[in-house]
Amino acid sequence: MSEMHKAEARTAPIDSQLETSGKSEQKTEEASLLADAWRSLRRNPWFIVSAVLLLIFLTMAVFPQLFTNTDPRECLLSRSRQDPSGEFWFGTDVQGCDYYSRVIHGARNSIAIGFIVAIGTFIVAVLLGLVAGYSGGWVDALISRITDMVFAVPYILGALVLLNALQAFQAQGVREVSFVLIIFMWPTMTRLMRGSVISVVNSDFVMAARALGAGPITIMRRHILPNSLGPVIGYATVFTGIIIGAEAVLTFLGVGLQLPAISWGLQLSDARQYLQTSPHLLLFPVIFVGLTVFAFMTMGDAVRDALDPKSKK
Amino acid sequence: MSLSVPAAADPFADKKSVLQVDGLVKHFPITQGIVFQRKVGAVKAVDGVSFNLREGETLGIVGESGCGKSTLAKLLMRLEEPDAGSVKFRGEDFLSVKGDELRRLRRKIQIIFQDPYTSLNPRMSVGDIIAEPFKLHPEEKPKQGIRNRVKELLDLVGLNPEHINRYPHQFSGGQRQRIGIARGLALNPDVIICDEPVSALDVSVQAQVMNLLDDLQKQFGLSYIFIAHDLSVVRHISDRVGVMYLGKLAELGTQEEIYNAPAHPYTQALLSAVPLPDPTLRGEREQIVLQGDPPNPANPPSGCRFRTRCWKATEICATQEPELISRGRITQAAACHHAAPNERVAPAHH
Amino acid sequence: MTESQTSTRIAPGTRPGDAPLLEVKDLHVEFRTKAGVAEAINGLNFTLHAGETLAILGESGSGKSVTAQTIMGILDMPPGRIAGGEIRYRGDDLLTMSEESRRRLRGGKIAMIFQDALSALNPVMPVGWQIAEMFRVHHGMKRKEARVKAVEMMTRVGIPAAEERAGDYPHQFSGGMRQRIMIAMAIALDPDVLIADEPTTALDVTVQAQVMRLLKDLQKEFNMGLILITHDLGVVADVADKIAVMYSGRVMEAADVYEIYGKPGHPYTQGLLSSIPRIDDEGGRLRAIPGLPPSLTDLPSGCPFSPRCEFATDRCRTERPELRLIAEGHLSACHYAEDVYAGTATRTQRPSPTGAGMIPVSEEAPE
Repeated sequence: MSEMHKAEARTAPIDSQLETSGKSEQKTEEASLLADAWRSLRRNPWFIVSAVLLLIFLTMAVFPQLFTNTDPRECLLSRSRQDPSGEFWFGTDVQGCDYYSRVIHGARNSIAIGFIVAIGTFIVAVLLGLVAGYSGGWVDALISRITDMVFAVPYILGALVLLNALQAFQAQGVREVSFVLIIFMWPTMTRLMRGSVISVVNSDFVMAARALGAGPITIMRRHILPNSLGPVIGYATVFTGIIIGAEAVLTFLGVGLQLPAISWGLQLSDARQYLQTSPHLLLFPVIFVGLTVFAFMTMGDAVRDALDPKSKK
Repeated sequence: MSLSVPAAADPFADKKSVLQVDGLVKHFPITQGIVFQRKVGAVKAVDGVSFNLREGETLGIVGESGCGKSTLAKLLMRLEEPDAGSVKFRGEDFLSVKGDELRRLRRKIQIIFQDPYTSLNPRMSVGDIIAEPFKLHPEEKPKQGIRNRVKELLDLVGLNPEHINRYPHQFSGGQRQRIGIARGLALNPDVIICDEPVSALDVSVQAQVMNLLDDLQKQFGLSYIFIAHDLSVVRHISDRVGVMYLGKLAELGTQEEIYNAPAHPYTQALLSAVPLPDPTLRGEREQIVLQGDPPNPANPPSGCRFRTRCWKATEICATQEPELISRGRITQAAACHHAAPNERVAPAHH
Repeated sequence: MTESQTSTRIAPGTRPGDAPLLEVKDLHVEFRTKAGVAEAINGLNFTLHAGETLAILGESGSGKSVTAQTIMGILDMPPGRIAGGEIRYRGDDLLTMSEESRRRLRGGKIAMIFQDALSALNPVMPVGWQIAEMFRVHHGMKRKEARVKAVEMMTRVGIPAAEERAGDYPHQFSGGMRQRIMIAMAIALDPDVLIADEPTTALDVTVQAQVMRLLKDLQKEFNMGLILITHDLGVVADVADKIAVMYSGRVMEAADVYEIYGKPGHPYTQGLLSSIPRIDDEGGRLRAIPGLPPSLTDLPSGCPFSPRCEFATDRCRTERPELRLIAEGHLSACHYAEDVYAGTATRTQRPSPTGAGMIPVSEEAPE
């Protein structure tokens, strides 16, 4: 049959060029989807704002020494709870440590937990969501019921109980807190992934791949994953912000990170007793937590929009 | 052409059969409950369909929504597993093969979908979409290289080979349908199942795609199963036509037989309802307006499925299911106890 | 523009001296998109009289649905914008009247039915209630009285056992029945103008015949002006009195139905008519119109159809043809309309083998 292809001499190049003659030709030439997404992101002012903020916070987490030379653990009780001044920009805390330096150094633990939990949840969600959404039937029913059960437990309650139990082992570092948060916070993203997979799994292009003889792994990898990840990636970014807030809440409640670790949550927890006398102790970590959460959420929204091919015409 | 029943010789009589379908059945269970599902009934989407497709022939399947024609397409592609019946591809049992054998046969039967907007993966470039068949069937890898072959295929379906790196959203509906056709052609199939391939396209583009399908059939000796709801489109492209109603074939015959002298009342009603693009024929044609809607396929009427809307129905229709055979002086097969040709509903020639 | 007015006035189905029910003059509608300003409607003119059926025929992107939405005042603005023109209902310009008076006309005197009845009806309200709502809001009827009227309307549009079914929800009806319910809502308040946007496209052919017959009967009974928006050349031939063929936001040709089908005066209309497979005509190669409609953000400078036209010359590529009178009651926007009308136009290019584009006739080997 293959020699038949050559049999026809035709004027095809002429007509196929005519077909798309027009000035828009150059503009649309060979734009990859990621490049498209990037282009629409660059034009989104909210993306710029959140990117700048995130860049600052990330640098803060990785290289705090770029922002301050003062050792956050150099504390003099004699200068306890001073108001902000030229010398101590954010004032000092109860122990008399430089509060600016402590807030800066607090970024690392908070953002680390945010990232670890977001990435961990992302992996769990993508795997479970993909399997549940693609298989359907009893596999889906089982995974969905378990997801619902975990979802029904308020994460604060679950984490309080589990972290309290862990307290006996004196183990409440970044690792343990992250682990506990992953255990209680994976269901939302898993549900999102499952829904996203289900919306793709019955598409004609998946049918077409099956008709060509593609196996389940190929179909999931080439067709379902790329088309269902967009909303989940967007949500994972938003979720990082949520986790940073959640870590602060747990620590504030006394079950998260413990002294002598430095984190925004611990700072908030300490500050609550001095709300009336030294409000700055509360104010600065709240601003930092708030801005970080805001930056992640805004970024997440922008990313989700940009990754949706339907949003372009 | 005269309106009497044509006894024209069947041009495909001496051709080999490529697809032999026998008693195909697919019932979709209706279930209740979430974790523990129990069956409360079944939608009889396809309920005993048989036909024979021969080399180079186009068999049109026409019917209204819910008649089971799309399910039939999926069964023929083994995208759904039938409950009963057999599909033989050149004598080999397509339904029982597994693994490598199945992959080998899959190359020979391809499908073109209705909606050019959902049938192409939006995250793959056109080149990757058309190259996918070769990636899945490495043994079919073209000598001239995948990329060159993809360009040839693009050219073949009337697209610019230079656009190989573009993405589906950069093309119009008609162009996307051409991409889908190129993908279907990649592995040199023998049979292409066209599931409403032009119904999502604009009128002026429909004709282009139909002409393309026509040309490709002549060039490569393809056999088509052409599924559509548009009777004019089906007539134009088909050699033989099967009319489906509620999961069964109501009538099966050559294009001339079905359109010039329909014998089943349902076919007659369908044909008479098609408006002609000619205002001078207003009120000239006999119109049979059917009452009501098709019954629920989960609970079809006893006997003949069409009897609830049929003006010819008698007692026997409620008790005895009519077989799809030719009877009396009609040459085509009609599943009706009272089958008789009606030439008055046939759209006249001019 | 003056030409078009005089000409439409002498179009068949029109009674001279009668004030038109609806008059659209030089309407322009644009859309702002990322790719630029899309000219969805570019200078549209037509008149509609009581009892008359005007079909607006066109493919997707031709501006036919935007026309309906603009007349109804349900166009999304932004991104849409009415850039100019008038829509006169019994002489009053809809585009300049107050929102209040416009709302009173909408649904009351000018009603519309949509392609997709399932999404046009409220899924959580019984259909009887939805029809009764029309009487309660517009006529201030009491609940009971409105319900009686609603059942009356349902019976009128041919819903069996209307009394019992008035309490059912839209999803409990079949597609054809839902379309009937939407028609009942549209004609409930005895409108003068009924706009039907692809009313039967989503329906099966046997049901389509029932619904079109119902629409025709109701039009006669209520003496409505009917604007039928569709791409289906068969349906149009069956019911229209006059036709406006749209392409790229412009009217390409307008005439009465027999003229359009019998002696088309525009290459696009001609192409459309010869490209459709006809049920009374078997096999053979279709005379497809090659190529694709132009992008609305990037229209060709001359005639928008010129890249796909068999008869296009350099003049067509540079100079935009105006809609003009070529025969009595027959308007066409083509430089060579008289030749096309008489069947004597010269071919300058022909479709390429795959039908995706055009090649000049000069390159054609002599046959």
